[in-house]
Amino acid sequence: MIQRRLLALVAGAMVIAGACSSSSGSSAPSAAASAPPVASQPAASVGASATASQSAASPGPSVPTELGSTQGQTINVLAWPGYVENGSTSKDVDWVTDFQNKSGCTVKPQIFGTSDEAYTLFSTNPEQFDVVSASGDASLRLVRGGFVQPVNLALFKNYPDIFEALKNKPYNTVDGVPYGVPHGRGSNLLMWRTDLVNPAPTTWAQMFDPANGYKTSVYDAPIYIADAAVVLMKTRPELNIKNPYALDDTQFQAAIDLLNKQKPAITQRWTDYLKQMDDFRSGNSTVGTTWQIIANLLKGEKTPVKVNLIKPPEGATGWSDTWMINSKTKNLACAYAYVDYLVSPEINAKIAEWFGEAPGNSKSCALTVDKNHCTIFHADDDAFWKDVWYWQTPTADCVDGRTDVKCKDFGEWIKAWTAVKG
Amino acid sequence: MTTAATTVGAGPGRSPARRAAAWLHRHRWLRLGLLLLLPLLWLGVVYLGSLFFLFINAFWSTDPFTSQVVREFTLDNFETLLSGAVYRTVTIRTIAFAVAVTATCIVLAYPIAFYMAKVASVRMRGVLAVAVLMPLWASYLIKAYSWRLILSDGGVLDWLLAPFGLKGPGFGDIAMWLVFTYLWLPYMILPIYAGLERIPDSLLEASADLGGHAWTTFRRVILPMSTPAVIAGSIFTFALTLGDYIVPGLVSTSQFIGNVIVINVAQDLPLAAAYSLVPLAIILIYLVVARRLGAFNAL
Repeated sequence: MIQRRLLALVAGAMVIAGACSSSSGSSAPSAAASAPPVASQPAASVGASATASQSAASPGPSVPTELGSTQGQTINVLAWPGYVENGSTSKDVDWVTDFQNKSGCTVKPQIFGTSDEAYTLFSTNPEQFDVVSASGDASLRLVRGGFVQPVNLALFKNYPDIFEALKNKPYNTVDGVPYGVPHGRGSNLLMWRTDLVNPAPTTWAQMFDPANGYKTSVYDAPIYIADAAVVLMKTRPELNIKNPYALDDTQFQAAIDLLNKQKPAITQRWTDYLKQMDDFRSGNSTVGTTWQIIANLLKGEKTPVKVNLIKPPEGATGWSDTWMINSKTKNLACAYAYVDYLVSPEINAKIAEWFGEAPGNSKSCALTVDKNHCTIFHADDDAFWKDVWYWQTPTADCVDGRTDVKCKDFGEWIKAWTAVKG
Repeated sequence: MTTAATTVGAGPGRSPARRAAAWLHRHRWLRLGLLLLLPLLWLGVVYLGSLFFLFINAFWSTDPFTSQVVREFTLDNFETLLSGAVYRTVTIRTIAFAVAVTATCIVLAYPIAFYMAKVASVRMRGVLAVAVLMPLWASYLIKAYSWRLILSDGGVLDWLLAPFGLKGPGFGDIAMWLVFTYLWLPYMILPIYAGLERIPDSLLEASADLGGHAWTTFRRVILPMSTPAVIAGSIFTFALTLGDYIVPGLVSTSQFIGNVIVINVAQDLPLAAAYSLVPLAIILIYLVVARRLGAFNAL
């Protein structure tokens, strides 16, 4: 009896599924329509993009020209750990309270561990987060999905001070339309326990070779495939990889093979930085790919964990982050005000030092506690960033500009990553 | 009921509330309907509705460029699931763990439940009941994370075993099996306890009177009568293990069905939806079998 009813239910569901598919023709365009019309924007924004976006009269996305009062607005900010600190991590680390007092806004931070997590949170709750710190592998997905809005750069007091090298990039500007304010950049680094690993590793390639006996902790996201590609750029020049996010079939397969070879050495895949700290503290992992902030926190513990870290000579994957604003936000004034505050010289310096990355604001370099911070993190050293491959979403149209081959899109990266993990 | 009826009858002015009550009293079906409206809405709209959307999503696809769902009928997701070896491996691994954890839980839970139901004094029974229930009051995450501390390199277990020249299993499959068994054990003990308690002592005495040894009594009376309870408990442990994705990430590097679903929710919701039909189907089959074996008689 029950079985028969169950069957009826399944059959009924199939009928409705069929009906829905036939009506999809009408529902698809409406989804596309919500994406910003990017093609019609005049290609006028070179360098001085602030003026370009001010011309609101020209066809293209409308951006706000003035903002109302910030009083009483509450903004939810989705950010990488360390970007929006309200004193809950460490009492002296706080760039929320002061802003709240000055502006009358309330700031509620929420952190995420991977760009994929950020994208999921944002896209499944399209109205919840007002502001998001997006790396290049999330930013374009957010733009294409219509989740974030074009910004009027003239309304950000601190925008002119942002390093030119970060402005008008493919991951924050689409067809000349800016979608956010650059925040800063950093490189993924190779960390090891100095008391447990001897000799010290010097290259990524060593971390990918199980023969070295490292207990390896790697980042748990499909984008990590690019880390293997970065190694291959040096060790297998015949593959001719020009950009680790533009991999054709052969190159992609080589990267996957390398990841599979690394598998026996892996003791941890992390997305939660606290979990990686855990593993390095206990010695469950001795070598791994990491962020500067993790090493700083480990070294700063009551019993400091003996770790060191480098950017190996192969180069590295990294990030260049952008503060973006929800296209559906009702708290535009506070969203603009807080983003402007976060990229102000003083606060941007604080975040850069706390997280361990290069600040986005050029005036921040004079305000860091460690006066060498910008030198150490190569904030203005464009040569350093030549071999840092900022996270970027791979697409079928190769992002390195090749047109004779198709590249693996991110969907295929995810499927392959699932298979690598096994 | 009787007092209510008399007050209605004796009341001088019939207030609207009373009139409504009396009217409802006369309309049995409406009364039942109003009572069940909210739970039925919950079950029908929220619960089955979301399952239904999941089901539909499984037949859609994702635009790789925008990551948006394309609402056109396709069987691609199922093709991917069938052709990709990894999905088979992960499914088999998940089922294997669910079975292993369930079996271990039965072996551990049965003696405890038996002792509680048939041997222990009333006082002892209370103490044990609290001991079994206590872990359920602590957050699942706290428990899982404490197992990380126990099992990690140089952790509590290593430290305990060091005097014997032994080492803990570290993170990995064994760790996962231990943690799951620990987490779900109460869900096995309680139904078995309830099932055993329901067996009248007189039956056991009758078996003894008829010359049945302790073992024979257990094998021919207690075991058959408690089997539905064991199966009821196994539904919990099996389903809970099958659906988990936190523990694998915490104490191992392997993936469960849940982990693969999670990674796909961001980029390829339809594939995630299609894959989530797999554990759903497994559980449905399990429930049908369990029903045949009479597990629901014990609920």
